[in-house]
Amino acid sequence: MSATAEPTKVLTKKDLTADHPTWCPGCGDFAVLASFFKVLEKLQIPHEKICTIAGIGCSSRFPYFVNGHGVHFIHGRALPLATGVSLSRPDLHVFAFGGDGDGYSIGGNHLDHAARKNVNLTYIVMDNFVYGLTKKQTSPTSPKGFKSKTDPTGSIDQPINPMKKLVYGGASFVARTHAVQVKHMMEVFERAILHPGFSVVEVLSECVIFYPGIFDDGNPRKGGAFDVIDEKKWDNTPEDLDRHDVTDENAAYQLASLQYPGKFGVFYETDRPTKNQLEQQWIDSTREKQGAVSTVDLLSSRFASMK
Amino acid sequence: MSQSVTSDSPETSKRPSANAEGVTELQDAVIRFAGNSQDGIQTIGGFLARLAGRSSREVMTYMTIPSTISGGASIFQVHLGSGEVLSAGDDADFLFAFYQHSYDSHIGSLRPGGICIYDSDHVEVIKTDADVIHVGVPITTTTVEAIGGSARDRGKNLFVLGLVTQIFKLNKAKIVSLVERQLGRKSEDVLRNAMLAFDAGFAYPVGDLMGLEFDLKQGKIQGADKVTTDGNTALTLGLLAGGVRYGAAYPITPWSTIMEQLRVELPKYGGLFVQAEDELAAVSIALGFAYSGHTAVTGSSGPGLSLKMEALSYATMAELPIVVINVQRGGPSTGLPTSVEQSDLMQAIYGSHGDCPRIVLAPQNVGDCFYIAVEACELARKYSCPVIVLTDQALASRIEAFAQPDLAAFVYEPVLDQATRGEDFKPYPLDGLTRHAPPGSAMAGGKYPVVTGLEHDEWGHPSGNPTMHSRMTQRRREKIKDFGKTLPLPEVFGDATGEVLIVGWGSSWGPIRESVMRMREQGRKAAAIHLRHLNPMPNSLDTIFAHYDHVIVVEMNDEGIYGYGQLATLLRSRYCDSKIKSVCKTDGLNYKIREIIERVGSLINPA
Repeated sequence: MSATAEPTKVLTKKDLTADHPTWCPGCGDFAVLASFFKVLEKLQIPHEKICTIAGIGCSSRFPYFVNGHGVHFIHGRALPLATGVSLSRPDLHVFAFGGDGDGYSIGGNHLDHAARKNVNLTYIVMDNFVYGLTKKQTSPTSPKGFKSKTDPTGSIDQPINPMKKLVYGGASFVARTHAVQVKHMMEVFERAILHPGFSVVEVLSECVIFYPGIFDDGNPRKGGAFDVIDEKKWDNTPEDLDRHDVTDENAAYQLASLQYPGKFGVFYETDRPTKNQLEQQWIDSTREKQGAVSTVDLLSSRFASMK
Repeated sequence: MSQSVTSDSPETSKRPSANAEGVTELQDAVIRFAGNSQDGIQTIGGFLARLAGRSSREVMTYMTIPSTISGGASIFQVHLGSGEVLSAGDDADFLFAFYQHSYDSHIGSLRPGGICIYDSDHVEVIKTDADVIHVGVPITTTTVEAIGGSARDRGKNLFVLGLVTQIFKLNKAKIVSLVERQLGRKSEDVLRNAMLAFDAGFAYPVGDLMGLEFDLKQGKIQGADKVTTDGNTALTLGLLAGGVRYGAAYPITPWSTIMEQLRVELPKYGGLFVQAEDELAAVSIALGFAYSGHTAVTGSSGPGLSLKMEALSYATMAELPIVVINVQRGGPSTGLPTSVEQSDLMQAIYGSHGDCPRIVLAPQNVGDCFYIAVEACELARKYSCPVIVLTDQALASRIEAFAQPDLAAFVYEPVLDQATRGEDFKPYPLDGLTRHAPPGSAMAGGKYPVVTGLEHDEWGHPSGNPTMHSRMTQRRREKIKDFGKTLPLPEVFGDATGEVLIVGWGSSWGPIRESVMRMREQGRKAAAIHLRHLNPMPNSLDTIFAHYDHVIVVEMNDEGIYGYGQLATLLRSRYCDSKIKSVCKTDGLNYKIREIIERVGSLINPA
């Protein structure tokens, strides 16, 4: 079936580069793409096993810019499609990409369910607090008072808190980073990819056209503070008591409740069985019970039971 | 009920007549059981249907189930026959009424001269209709006594099954073995009580009360035992045979029993069925399976199919193979969730945005649900497009007997093709069929494909070029047209030329066929064709139409603003032939033979 008898070749950024991104100059998503390439170079995932999937939006153009198997799907449904790929193809590394509108608004329900089912894949959300592709409408993460074309006098609805949503939803790895902090972003991406289960990284990625400067508060070069979570080292020191326990769900909610720009790093990480594992166990035990039976025999016995 | 020993005028005979031994031989019998949904009357029907399949008898059933969970009036009608059984029967020959409301609602469904056996513990008979034989049996108290006076009346269905076995001289040993096989899986108590109730019914002197004895004739062809099952089960097995190993769906009546079965069956085949959070996720997960290189299925009923439309448009654009089952029910909106209708044809063909050609099929009976599912899988793979199967509530739940398919000839073993693709690989060649490279396939040229919903060129690369959009639209259309060219003309049932041709589709195949037989018996020159392929249809149907004075499309949907049903509208649009007319209805019930003959007759000879 599989004919990948080619000599092992080192995967480079050059191999992974496809079309030049259509993003606007200065868009935060360029750094996300560059970081993704670097992590793939480090992890050396076989080229044909990389699968990138996205819905609709500026950041959802991501698969076109990665030279790998990819799907540019419909608005909001990247995660269900990625679920189908992940569940039926354990050999693949499945990555989903999208923005705040695709992931938290039109696809918000799918995010909760992919999270609770703990589908084995990595989801990177490039959150810019605005609809960019459709040219400046209010997004589910736009802060109150944000003036957009759909809220000319300022947004009145309370924005969602993505980190709370992700922890509540049941994602087994939840992290937050900033597109100008490339080193941090790479570290978080790598941990997310190596995590078995549903891993999500929320990246603050600025839209320089429709919401310029919104993430400066988290950017030291613009006078802000990039406050990284101090994770527990389990070293029995008094300082460790004050550090963040990534397995503590309540502590994750507390971090998620901090005043913007809040903290960056891994909020929550837990080890629980993936849907992939649980379904495979069921398949295996079913097939073990019935023994080696051909398709024709299986169907024949079903028909016999109806006579 | 037609009898082998008949009176002088068989057409007008009202009463079954007995032979010298006082036994009336029946060619067929329509038996209706009316009670509440918790009485297990479907169980009686199921046993009778299976017995028929084992006795070379034909069988067709019809049932109504209330859409509420905890009870409500419910009926099960069984049409057993030693010859061809094509419908569930217009009128019942026998009625078993469990309650007063069952009696009141269904006594009218009994034909003149029919026999009503009622539970005298619950039913008070209004003896106004002299043309019905009433037989009172204390079904409830006798059952309770038989089981041991537990004061619970569970088991009435088995008591009645015993009565039926006795009345029609059915093969008791076969019935008992069927009951044991089905109930033996439960506890010993359940089986013991069931057999006590059955024996009490079998021993009850109902024959003396009726003063009549019956013998339901065996079928003539003594072949292998037939398969007896409902359409949703047959369709499920067809999907498995056709190579489906992955699927996803959201529960909705009357589709749910297919997904329930696939969820349990697929792991045996190494596959998986996922219950999704909603219809949008369901079709998207299924497309994820399809993209990954599998034959995948999703399904729903009308409202859910509407929700899937955007993703199905994507599947046409990206040319992903996917089988979509739509078990039609009464609409619009929540409509009549447990009634039959054929009102999703336009939705299936045209429901998505954009120019969105796809294949639409419809099975014509329970056995055909198997074959149409196999064909849907083959077509999805061959043409890389959505294939929608329009079955309906009637097919979903009714039980028929049919010969077991030749499995070796129909089973497809799926293969995941991850071969390295050559440097010249083009997923969407303008001069050929779609060729996908599922993820995991290495690309010799080093360039990997991105599957997209944007218009694209032959390599799948997004393109806004006006010429490319025209050519790709044409490409997606032509492959469906090419498939149409391969379809043979449908079989003409009846006279090759004549007065009227009835055109049907879907579950009304049996009633239409039986109507044509009756019309021809009445001396009319009539025929019928039945379309299993609705988009594309076979070409040159007009060459058949040309042989008849009238072409009448019989379907279960509304005549619409312009006076024609959905298939009739399509046929008139395609053939611009004003002799194509429409018989429609929206009462949520299957067509009766009488109804078709009268409605067709009044169109041909308007009063």
